[in-house]
Amino acid sequence: MRELTYLEAVREAMSQEMRQNEDVFILGEDIGVYGGAFGVTRNMIEEFGPERIRNTPISEAAISGTAVGAALTGMRPILELQFSDFITIAMDNMVNQAAKIRYMYGGKGKVPMVLRTPAGSGTGAAAQHSQSLEAWMTHVPGLKVVQPSTAYDAKGLLKAAMDDDNPVIFYEHKLCYKTSSEVPEELYSIPLGKADIKREGKDVTIVATAIMVHKSLEAAEALEKEGISAEVIDPRTLVPLDTDTIIQSVKKTSRLVVVHEAVKRGGFGGEIASTIAESEAFDYLDAPIKRLGGKAVPIPYNPELEKSAIPSVNEIVAAVKETLNR
Amino acid sequence: MTQVKNLPPNVKETDLTNLLKQMWQIRFFEEKVDEFFAKGMIHGTTHLAVGQEASAVGAIAVLEDRDKITSTHRGHGHCIAKGAEVNRMMAELFGRTTGYCKGKGGSMHIADVDKGNLGANGIVGGGFAIATGAALTSKMKNEGFVVLCFFGDGASNEGSFHEAINLASIWKLPVVFICENNQYGMSGPVKEMMNVEDVAKRAEAYGIPGAVVDGNNIFDVMNGVGQAVDRARNGEGPSIVEAKTYRWKGHSKSDAKKYRTREEEQEWRAKDPIRHLRDVMIAEGLLTEEAADEIKAAAKKEIEDSVEFSKASPMPTIDDLMEDIYA
Repeated sequence: MRELTYLEAVREAMSQEMRQNEDVFILGEDIGVYGGAFGVTRNMIEEFGPERIRNTPISEAAISGTAVGAALTGMRPILELQFSDFITIAMDNMVNQAAKIRYMYGGKGKVPMVLRTPAGSGTGAAAQHSQSLEAWMTHVPGLKVVQPSTAYDAKGLLKAAMDDDNPVIFYEHKLCYKTSSEVPEELYSIPLGKADIKREGKDVTIVATAIMVHKSLEAAEALEKEGISAEVIDPRTLVPLDTDTIIQSVKKTSRLVVVHEAVKRGGFGGEIASTIAESEAFDYLDAPIKRLGGKAVPIPYNPELEKSAIPSVNEIVAAVKETLNR
Repeated sequence: MTQVKNLPPNVKETDLTNLLKQMWQIRFFEEKVDEFFAKGMIHGTTHLAVGQEASAVGAIAVLEDRDKITSTHRGHGHCIAKGAEVNRMMAELFGRTTGYCKGKGGSMHIADVDKGNLGANGIVGGGFAIATGAALTSKMKNEGFVVLCFFGDGASNEGSFHEAINLASIWKLPVVFICENNQYGMSGPVKEMMNVEDVAKRAEAYGIPGAVVDGNNIFDVMNGVGQAVDRARNGEGPSIVEAKTYRWKGHSKSDAKKYRTREEEQEWRAKDPIRHLRDVMIAEGLLTEEAADEIKAAAKKEIEDSVEFSKASPMPTIDDLMEDIYA
């Protein structure tokens, strides 16, 4: 099968969907001729024109609210935010409007929109362009939160997000954009709420998200050389969360390490750890659950400092060994 | 009466009768809610628009059924003017399942999406971009409807005002931003919160028309909003219409109104918008004193009936709690 990069997979999903559904359009800053801050919408304006690849002013508050209003009245907008950090400016519309409308209107009205946005560090863009704020959004009932790690997943999950009748936040990790995998030509859907076991193993379960999936797979290979068999699970969607797959894996391996790039304090790793602590898998644990996350520091500019602010492959290896030596 | 020469040509005598009735419905609805709050029969908070009836009714009167509105936290009047059933509105304030939001939204979130009321909003300035987005749908799907975005003088100092109106103006979207300038953003007088006298003057910054109308004169409101709606429907883009008016009550139920004088309140009460419409209709021979009294009595009875309807309606059960979070 042919390979696509993650970035191309996102673009292909949108293009194929837009060909078959006239209600879908994209709005965002510099997404037209420029092709988007990371090039995701490159050349799309040539096929779909400026009405559907809708370049906006630098107005995150307005374009997020415009997406809400358009979705509420029958369109299916995809909103591209240049950097996920800017979600702070769109926060009112996502948290107070999009997430609440259906419930506070007593089940009338729906807001089928996708907010796509690049997240994470590793590009040297420093504190205001490198954050991982997904835990914020998982805290808000009414939103769904997706975090694909591979090109295959990105295409299938984006299709599911575009088909969903609810507001979906779709986090694309900047360092994933250039990774590639086999991606079918046709449009396919990966259901939201279905985790993927990226690697089977029997000694320890590693639950990792976004770029940390790749780092955890690397760690798993290193561990294998030492005779340690790690299972790596990518939840793929944080809301809804596939708790069953994680619980079953922990029951099998009896050990859990959770890894994400976002700051550990208040991060989603705490949610996964608690889910296991509250489940029947707790009785199977042979060691305390280990969480690895970003340090509680704004992402620094200096490349070495930047790297040291988030979990490394070595730290994942060390964390696994620590749980095995208990 | 000189005002009648401003009457939009498409408004018939029967329409005016209905508009008078709607204004009375709003007045009685608000007075009843005020009373029940005082008695502790309705909880939460509410924001009343007594004295502002002409801007809600006049602005919506020039719309077609297919047109849409976004409303504010002070939205009961807009809701009634857009054709909502007062029974279901009152039931919502009582938290009953027969309410517009099944008792989950309350005063600040009443919506009737099917009838084009895209909802009241608890966030000041929350409606600007939603209205812009709805207008974008109208344009992209070529559906021809116009969106009326109600907002207050206070909301015009929110960033969302600038962003959404700028966006609507560059895309020439069919939306009319109607400011109900009731002189105060909560306790903040307009003159202390902005350095221009008229919100409408801000339209200049977006290259769109801005008009000031007498918000207590329903004909003036209909005229100003009517022109802006025509312009929007013709593809000429958005406008701002500012209706100068006054809320007779405080901001919400806890407001002692220390920031304004009794004299000021009396001055505005003398400009009662309902009285104005009634007097004009009688002077023009469109209405008798008796007929006017009947309209008022009928509106009052509908509100009384809505209370009975609400009291007789069921409360939600715990099973309803987790419903309707996701579509």
